[in-house]
Amino acid sequence: MSQTVTPTARHDHAEGHIGPRTYLVIFGALLGLMALTIVAALFDLGAANFIVAMGIASVKMVLIILYFMHVRYSDKLTWVFSVAAFLWLLILVGGFLNDYFTRGLVAGR
Amino acid sequence: MAETAHATATAHAHGGGHGHAHDPNLAHHFEDMGQQRTSATLGMWAFLGTEVMFFGGLIGSYIVYRFTSPDVFGAASKYGLNVWLGTINTVILLTSSLFMAFAVHAGETGDRKAQVRYLLLTMALGTLFMVIKGFEYREEYHEHLIPGPHFSTEALHLPEEPAPPTASAEHAHESAETLKTASFLTVTPVQFVRQRAQMFFVFYFFMTGLHLLHMVIGLGLVTWVLILARRGRFTPSYYTPLEMTGLYWHFIDIVWVFLYPLLYLVALHK
Amino acid sequence: MSATVEEPRGGGGDGEYRGERKNYLTDGYGILSWLLTTDHKRIGLLYMVSITIFFFVGGAAATLIRLELMTPSGDIVQAETYNKLFTLHGVAMTFFFLIPSIPAVFGNFLVPLMIGAKDLAFPKLNLLSWYLYTIGGVLAVVSLLLGGVDTGWTFYVPYSTMFSNSAVIPAAMGAFVVGFSSILTGLNFIVTIHKMRAPGMTWFRMPLFIWAHYATSLIMILGTPVVSITLLLLALERVFRVGIFDPALGGDPILFQHLFWFYSHPAVYIMILPGMGVISEIVTCFSRRPVFGYRFMAGAVLAIAIFGFVVWGHHMFVSGQSMYGGMVFSFLSFVVAIPSAVKVFNWTATLYKGSFSFDTPMLYALGFIGLFTIGGLTGLFLASLATDVHMHDTYFVVAHFHYIMVGATVMAYLGAVHFWWPKMTGKMYPELWGKLSALLVFVGFNLTFFPQFVLGYLGMPRRYYQYPPEFQVLNVMSTAGASILAVGYLLPLIYLTISLWFERDAGPNPWDASGLEWETTSPPPKFNFDETPVVTGGPYVYPLGEPEGQDERLPVEPQPLPAGRS
Repeated sequence: MSQTVTPTARHDHAEGHIGPRTYLVIFGALLGLMALTIVAALFDLGAANFIVAMGIASVKMVLIILYFMHVRYSDKLTWVFSVAAFLWLLILVGGFLNDYFTRGLVAGR
Repeated sequence: MAETAHATATAHAHGGGHGHAHDPNLAHHFEDMGQQRTSATLGMWAFLGTEVMFFGGLIGSYIVYRFTSPDVFGAASKYGLNVWLGTINTVILLTSSLFMAFAVHAGETGDRKAQVRYLLLTMALGTLFMVIKGFEYREEYHEHLIPGPHFSTEALHLPEEPAPPTASAEHAHESAETLKTASFLTVTPVQFVRQRAQMFFVFYFFMTGLHLLHMVIGLGLVTWVLILARRGRFTPSYYTPLEMTGLYWHFIDIVWVFLYPLLYLVALHK
Repeated sequence: MSATVEEPRGGGGDGEYRGERKNYLTDGYGILSWLLTTDHKRIGLLYMVSITIFFFVGGAAATLIRLELMTPSGDIVQAETYNKLFTLHGVAMTFFFLIPSIPAVFGNFLVPLMIGAKDLAFPKLNLLSWYLYTIGGVLAVVSLLLGGVDTGWTFYVPYSTMFSNSAVIPAAMGAFVVGFSSILTGLNFIVTIHKMRAPGMTWFRMPLFIWAHYATSLIMILGTPVVSITLLLLALERVFRVGIFDPALGGDPILFQHLFWFYSHPAVYIMILPGMGVISEIVTCFSRRPVFGYRFMAGAVLAIAIFGFVVWGHHMFVSGQSMYGGMVFSFLSFVVAIPSAVKVFNWTATLYKGSFSFDTPMLYALGFIGLFTIGGLTGLFLASLATDVHMHDTYFVVAHFHYIMVGATVMAYLGAVHFWWPKMTGKMYPELWGKLSALLVFVGFNLTFFPQFVLGYLGMPRRYYQYPPEFQVLNVMSTAGASILAVGYLLPLIYLTISLWFERDAGPNPWDASGLEWETTSPPPKFNFDETPVVTGGPYVYPLGEPEGQDERLPVEPQPLPAGRS
């Protein structure tokens, strides 16, 4: 959205650099989170089981996106696109559950 | 008249004239390699966005049924699926993503041997994932858990009555009532439980099947870039197919990261 | 392309044909040069042919429907056949005409031109999208040849999955495939608009046509995949009988409706937003004024695209959705009307104190504004829970959406055809015939569909082939209107085709319009511009007003047009 006469952004993205070491660290974190999600599933947290599981999965997803998929050092646009799709999925699921969770709530339906 | 200025030859941006020194990988309609590369990346991310919504419709539907019959889905998951194989597969897929990240990195640094090595490892793990999935499917087939005429809930230790989807007793009464639809479509609670158990497996097979289809496509892409890498096709200024395949592969991994808890970890605690 | 264009090249050389410069139409002959083209302009024309075919297929179905509805009893067709007719009409018109129409024809043709690019970002994907459209179309025709589908274009379950004896799967798969065509088009536009604008073309110097197509593309890529998976689930249930949506087998048919409408509601915004983009281009040119409130117009299309995703439940108020869910969707449906209204106000303000010329495109644009307003306002009656309970599944709904889809979108499409015809073909159309057709379309349209509001309000249900005799007068009026409308649609087919051979050549800018597409020849050369333009100002530079809300124009010395430009 620049006001200047510069051409559209054509520069390469990687200003920072993600090296093999970082990948290994992230991999370790992903395995750790997987272990965490299994442990959490072993306890009965009621409705929170689902939320915790999805939360941990979301953290794993964010790590994969930021590091394996290089979004950490990409331009804002890539970041926006990767977030937008997930947000839209939440709209879908939210809208569906908005119906199913409230059936019977208002008298008659 | 519009005031766009028609630039002179000296002032305008690169007009794509022939005879300039071009990277041979530059497509004609792009101005330079940077534009081409960022366009490819944005295009791939837009495509992955469509894939999120594609799987998302399926996942949303699954979530609806899970929340309206949680005990049935819990039992079906716990007794019908092999959580060990599912966990091993998760580790395999995460590791394959690691190797893919190494492969793309090798593309960045121009290390041809490393590209080939890590792509092969990615392929190997992807194939292993599919083999294990095949074992799982076979197990489920033998337990009569494939939806259809031979479906049986024997193996599942199902609850006898469905628990109401909401907590309050008033709603429990209402939902027990709502199981009766039209008079010619009365569904008894026992039937409902059996039906929802089958529903779990319909979604299980469709979701993992769709994921598997994407894995096959992913393996095809990996094979293609492997061939290109072996030929030394990639340079530090052009390794776009490798990078895009990497994005696709990581996406498949992300889908599984969600499918695993959704399908395998529903009610481990029960 | 060469670095300078000073003189036409010598005869027989590169870029020459019969002493004239080659343009995209003459650059390459033979059927393969068309079927294997990656030129966005040729692909736009390929689409134009395809969607015109489906428009008349859907129109033929509509003709039979209106003939049947002239009498209260069912006499021309049987009930099952009537079901198949309105299904064919809906499927052909929504999936194969309205959704692609303006984006696939004019978006493809104009987006690179308007932003100063040589092509779209992914030309081969563009060609693939046309082939996917064609394959989807073939599948739809297959379902027709197998006896048609009788479920309605909405494919509601469990009828479509468990009980219908018609060719549901080919039709559903046709819609599935054509969805991917839509996705690829949207993807291409998004990347092109982000990455391939000419130097100096900032976001707020883009024509509103581009903003509209950008917003449309967002909907295409976020919404279409959901209907794709829905159609797959439908096919799965129909083939394997496993009861995903069937209540007798533990499923919930309303889940299907949620999934279906999650896409199909935003789909109607796919149908209208490009039309709004067209209108902004036409209205400014033919009133010689820049658009009023440029930034609000740009923001409004984005707001419509985004809010359009959270209102789908208003199609399900009486289906069994929770009352609370209904209330939320009703409220949001009122909200989504606001940016649409902003656009109507701004076009009106653009017209105010303008200097009009009532050429054919302007007639269509003015018709659009009025008819869209009526259609939009009647949508509010349907958004309101209390009134929708009475009007759901009546002709009121039918009239509402036809006012928007036909009164607005089809008129925008025809306006676009006439406005850009000289640019695409290098020929002018016959103006008198154009005006006549526009008038016939307007009169015929209103006579067809206004009575349907009354019919719906009086309680006539939709999708019925017989009705109480007291409704006959209004139905006959509607059919009479449809016959006038049909003439209005057939005439352009004839005179536009004739114009290709018998009309005078149009210059690069017969309308004296503002925009990069008018800065190049008519028809444009294969790579659009001889040199990449450098943009120093916003769009809509017209004599009757200062453009505001756009990026400032920098002072520039007038450059002489290079010799050799026509």
